[in-house]
Amino acid sequence: MSTTMNDTAPHPDDLDPRDRGGPAQPLLIVNDLRKHFRVKTTDGKPAAVKAVDGVSFTVFKGETLGVVGESGCGKSTLARLLLHLIAPDAGSLIFDGDEVGSPDGISAADLRKQVQMVFQDSYSSLNPRMPVQDSVAFGPFVNGTKRTDSRRIARDLLTKVGLNPNLFGPRYPHELSGGQKQRVNIARALAISPRMVLLDEAVSALDKSVEAQVLNLLRALKASFNLTYLFISHDLNVVQYISDRVLVMYLGHIVELGPVDDIFSRPRHPYTRALLASRPSMDPARRIEEAPITGDPPSPIDPPSGCRFRTRCAHAEAVCAAAVPALGEWRDRSTHVAACHIEAPGSGHSLAPTQSQAA
Amino acid sequence: MEGSIALKPLVDVEDLTVRFVSREATAHAVNGVTLQVMPGEVLCILGESGSGKSVTLRALMRLLPPERTRIDGTIRVNGQDVLALDSRGLRDLRGGSVAMIFQEPMTALDPVYTIGAQIIETIRRHKGGTHAAARARALELLELVKIPSPERRLDSYPHELSGGLRQRAMIAMALSCGPRLLLADEPTTALDATVQIQVLVLLRRLQREMGMATIFVTHDLGVASEIADRIAVMYAGRIVEQGPVADVLRAPLHPYTQGLLSSTVHGQNRDQDITAIPGSPPDLRRLPPGCSFAPRCAHAMESCRSIVPEASYPAPGRMIRCLRHTPS
Repeated sequence: MSTTMNDTAPHPDDLDPRDRGGPAQPLLIVNDLRKHFRVKTTDGKPAAVKAVDGVSFTVFKGETLGVVGESGCGKSTLARLLLHLIAPDAGSLIFDGDEVGSPDGISAADLRKQVQMVFQDSYSSLNPRMPVQDSVAFGPFVNGTKRTDSRRIARDLLTKVGLNPNLFGPRYPHELSGGQKQRVNIARALAISPRMVLLDEAVSALDKSVEAQVLNLLRALKASFNLTYLFISHDLNVVQYISDRVLVMYLGHIVELGPVDDIFSRPRHPYTRALLASRPSMDPARRIEEAPITGDPPSPIDPPSGCRFRTRCAHAEAVCAAAVPALGEWRDRSTHVAACHIEAPGSGHSLAPTQSQAA
Repeated sequence: MEGSIALKPLVDVEDLTVRFVSREATAHAVNGVTLQVMPGEVLCILGESGSGKSVTLRALMRLLPPERTRIDGTIRVNGQDVLALDSRGLRDLRGGSVAMIFQEPMTALDPVYTIGAQIIETIRRHKGGTHAAARARALELLELVKIPSPERRLDSYPHELSGGLRQRAMIAMALSCGPRLLLADEPTTALDATVQIQVLVLLRRLQREMGMATIFVTHDLGVASEIADRIAVMYAGRIVEQGPVADVLRAPLHPYTQGLLSSTVHGQNRDQDITAIPGSPPDLRRLPPGCSFAPRCAHAMESCRSIVPEASYPAPGRMIRCLRHTPS
């Protein structure tokens, strides 16, 4: 890691010197990723939380992929699996053409030099006994950069995230506000010049006025460091603003995936439609008179058979309980797919197009 | 509404200040809040963390730790002087004519008693009656808040319910004695989007049907626009702007309210930065003199840094504290 922040911040048009697969090679390919947590039910029987249950998608170079879903849908588990912070039960990750954890590919440790993460809780993700500049310098230092160079990188980055290093660098996390701490976490994530950053509800705990500042900062950093983001959030408005493509999760499955404008203007999965319609109107004259769907998301322990949304879906039919709807094939950045039997020709759902209509 | 009472505000707070005193410092959490709520009206107190919105709400029920809290001003709720109540009077008030719901039902409900037991205890404490009658009423309440299979849920412990059902159970308990005033402290913030709107729609319906005045504390403009009749925007312990919800959201007057609206992400152009408010809220232990928002305000004048703006009333029902709007 002799490279420092300054000489690895190319113009967006330049190719990253670490690029191996070329611009068309997706930065990350996720194949059938699966993680079940073993738990015991209240009556002592063994059970499994199917947190991430067969998830496949692609992150293209330079894009921001938004991941939305409600609590328990598996979005945070997904982020941790992508960094191998927890080991997946099954499935593969291919980072820029190299399979993670395979003998011919790259190790999880190598992956983490190129993919970093920012967590929701800005306080618990910083060492309370370390001045924040040392927290930022720690990554480069343990990766072989000299101590003085690491500190210089840290001070540069603190400046880039809008914190005066002379004023804030020597402070401890408890001496900073929530927004300032999250800026430090972003600086730390960038300290080893990653190519991709996973942002797991990174702005959710911030006040609105501060959230806007951090979103602007994230956009600016993405452009100047040529980054790729995976942006996890429960806030649809924020995801719509920051994402190029959006992935919607429900109980461990991907239910819809597509370009942000398609998802927000022409949602195809009933769950995505319900999620969008649940957003408060921001106009007191047009209040939501009736909630789009009833009930809570079911427990990911023992989820419904077939389509997991069917218990809350107005269009559920017998086929929805019998078969898991497939997400469909995607090819490129413009593909819009939804895992719903209504979408699949000949699925047996009464609202599905027939085979001939589809052709 | 019953004639003369309807004309008088149910809640009348005059120049409320709340300070938290410790050996090291004094935090000026609430600095001269004046507000009224009419019977049956929904007031949203909108503000960010540290604005004093929750402290104001808790002061109305005197839920703040007495040994380190200094409360000044007057608080009248339902004709009672809350600051003069003894402990017995407070117990009668809390859960009786005034009830409160919280952000985290898991910590607000007692984990070792069933939902039913907690509702029944509340009913018998305030209204008396037999256990069987209170249980029947508790069942009605769970039906009222649309909890599925309510008989079974009555005997459930809080941890056996989902987040949305727990929040409904807490609402049922709050409504059990027919309060005239409901205090709601971010009750939908911890809920998922599809559940939040269900609880908001439910609260709005119950509030209308029961004619219950509500003070709803939130940081979320969207939530406020769904539920409020009036909005009071708080910043650093002061109400900086107050008015009917549609007026405040459509034509905010105070630079802080304007900044809050422009920095809330809702369908902005993705190619442009969001217009954010620079800086961060002040430290309540060291409030700046003058207008607390002046250090972050693009329109701040020299006088803003020394003079605390008085309330002015630019239109019927609207209040603003900003020197640019003070008639000179």
